Amino acid sequence: MPTIDDFHAWPDEHGRFGNYGGSYVAETLMAPLAELTEAYLRLRKDPEFIAELDRDLKYYVGRPSPIYHAERLSQHVGGARILLKREDLNHTGAHKINNTVGQALVAKRMGKPRIIAETGAGQHGVASATVAARLGLKCVVYMGAVDIERQKMNVYRMKLLGAEVVPVTSGSKTLKDALNEAMRDWVTNVADTFYMIGTVAGPHPYPLMVRDFNAIVGREARAQMLQDYGRLPDALTACVGGGSNAIGLFHEFLNDRDVRIVGAEAAGDGIETGHHAASLAAGRPGVLHGNRTYVLCDDNGQITETHSVSAGLDYPGVGPEHSFLKDAGRAEYVGVTDDEALQAFHLLARTEGILAALESSHAVAQAIKLAREYPKDGLILCNLSGRGDKDVHTIAAREGVEV
Amino acid sequence: MPNPVSPIPNPGSRRIDRRFAALKAASRTGLIPFVTAGDPSPEHMVTLMHALVEGGADLIELGVPFSDPMADGLVIQHASERAIAKGVGIGEVLGWVAAFRQRDAQTPIVLMGYLNPVEIHGYARFAQEAVQAGVDGVLLVDCPLEEAAVLQPLRDAGLQQILLAAPTTAPQRMVRLCEAAEGFLYYVSFAGITGAGQLSTHDIAGRVADVRAQAKVPVAVGFGIRDAQSAKEIAAFADAVVIGSALVARLAEATGPDDIAGRAKDFLQPIRAALDAH
Ligand SMILES: Cc1ncc(COP(=O)(O)O)c(C=O)c1O
Repeated sequence: MPTIDDFHAWPDEHGRFGNYGGSYVAETLMAPLAELTEAYLRLRKDPEFIAELDRDLKYYVGRPSPIYHAERLSQHVGGARILLKREDLNHTGAHKINNTVGQALVAKRMGKPRIIAETGAGQHGVASATVAARLGLKCVVYMGAVDIERQKMNVYRMKLLGAEVVPVTSGSKTLKDALNEAMRDWVTNVADTFYMIGTVAGPHPYPLMVRDFNAIVGREARAQMLQDYGRLPDALTACVGGGSNAIGLFHEFLNDRDVRIVGAEAAGDGIETGHHAASLAAGRPGVLHGNRTYVLCDDNGQITETHSVSAGLDYPGVGPEHSFLKDAGRAEYVGVTDDEALQAFHLLARTEGILAALESSHAVAQAIKLAREYPKDGLILCNLSGRGDKDVHTIAAREGVEV
Repeated sequence: MPNPVSPIPNPGSRRIDRRFAALKAASRTGLIPFVTAGDPSPEHMVTLMHALVEGGADLIELGVPFSDPMADGLVIQHASERAIAKGVGIGEVLGWVAAFRQRDAQTPIVLMGYLNPVEIHGYARFAQEAVQAGVDGVLLVDCPLEEAAVLQPLRDAGLQQILLAAPTTAPQRMVRLCEAAEGFLYYVSFAGITGAGQLSTHDIAGRVADVRAQAKVPVAVGFGIRDAQSAKEIAAFADAVVIGSALVARLAEATGPDDIAGRAKDFLQPIRAALDAH
């Protein structure tokens, strides 16, 4: 792989990040994707669109989110200072709203009255239902039957917001199957439907568009670091499911070569057990959901079922930009097990009074590991992508508690 | 002196062209059944393929099962899941094609599926093995023209890439598809997934006529054709009809291995008769 001078120059006009990305979809979707690409490339430079997005992010989402110094957690760990970018404080409780607010404005400008979305943990479904309600658009959310069971509260939240939640019973009944089903809906209803993908995967322009909308996280964080700490952090970390909160934090820092970047994937029961969702750490390049990227599959090319305690990380692919960053050596991707994530969840709750989402708890666990590698004056910036209310039942069940 | 005409890399590779030329000469509409390879029974796959030909198939589309068939409805999803559960992969599919070729050197075979199994198998390796087995073309649903550079090793080996065109395809793009098409162009009759039931003959007749006027290759129409009646309606303006989900569903109800070939023939024969009754 050639050395990369400017990480902000990607993707190219075909939506490719080096060998990754692209548009691997059926012919019927080429036209709606071209229509969306054309609209989005125009809107991302349109001052009125940008101003409207900025207003929504400030007054509806509640941005900027603070960077919080987790002092007691840092003391407990005994290493570098751990800083948390508090995306859990956003409206609806996760970073996912950054993207849906943006895509909703695109849908509105394109005149599409119906929104569809896929969801794993339900956070993107909730964020989609939220913006649809606000704009008076119809919203249909596809969700794997397994995820519906483990994220009941979010299912009910979506219904309260007026969305229809459609259970998906094909394949592994999780996020990847929900994405397949949403694609099938889109291909059937292309004329009036806007497909809101919830992560930086899918065909071009989604990896670009979803990254742009989440990149506010890193733009704020970089300025906040310079303002509050007078320097950039030594290392960044975030959990990686499809990779939207991670690329959101990382992107602004990609050309700051001294800042180390570490993505935390779900290692489930441990990568060596085969029960995990660590596509980058343990997968290989392939084609899934419209793009070339690292995937988990067998030698016949069948996508394998993944495992993670967190529904939002239970995905056998990953956004193509992460594959590109991995091959370029700009970012490292490591596995964090279910148990490590749960320990981090409890530790953060007890030392800081913050219940993190199980997804985000993977990032916290990784931040703890990184903090141990750096001196006391080191700075580790961790994306706390969401709050943990939705996971209370899962954690209770796992620990044999009835609530 | 070396021969100035470069030899065709795969002697069988123009089977598709020859078959369509013969159909045209006889003023017949081609019948293209789709079956998911390995379903309902891996052991009886070759028998099923011969039965399709006996039932009147002019070309066979063999679906290579994939875990995430984004463009397929429930019938083909379930057939794929069953085949995968029985361990069916590219190796098995090519084995059946090779076995079929021992008795049938004429009927063209197109492998239909998704890119990842081919990518993981390796493009060059797949190309060589597929040609050796007697495959004539590939239709990779999630590999549009824009991404087809990866398929160069397949073309080099003599496999034809069958392209899809759809009602949503923009006019300029249709020109490019028609130029690039090899073998035949597969026109998807409606925006949707396989097995959906929204076929409207009236709407598509004009569109298919436009495509046929532009394309250098024959145009096959698929999606939504389920029986003799719908096949006959489409045959009025298409070079061939593709029938998938309705056949796959019929085969899935087979009561035992001996029932499979009979069902295939019983399903296709009335359709063949309707197509031929001009
Ligand atoms: C709080 C939270 N963090 C992270 C994720 C994983 O998604 P991504 O990798 O796109 O950020 C999810 C997905 O549902 C989530 O809800």
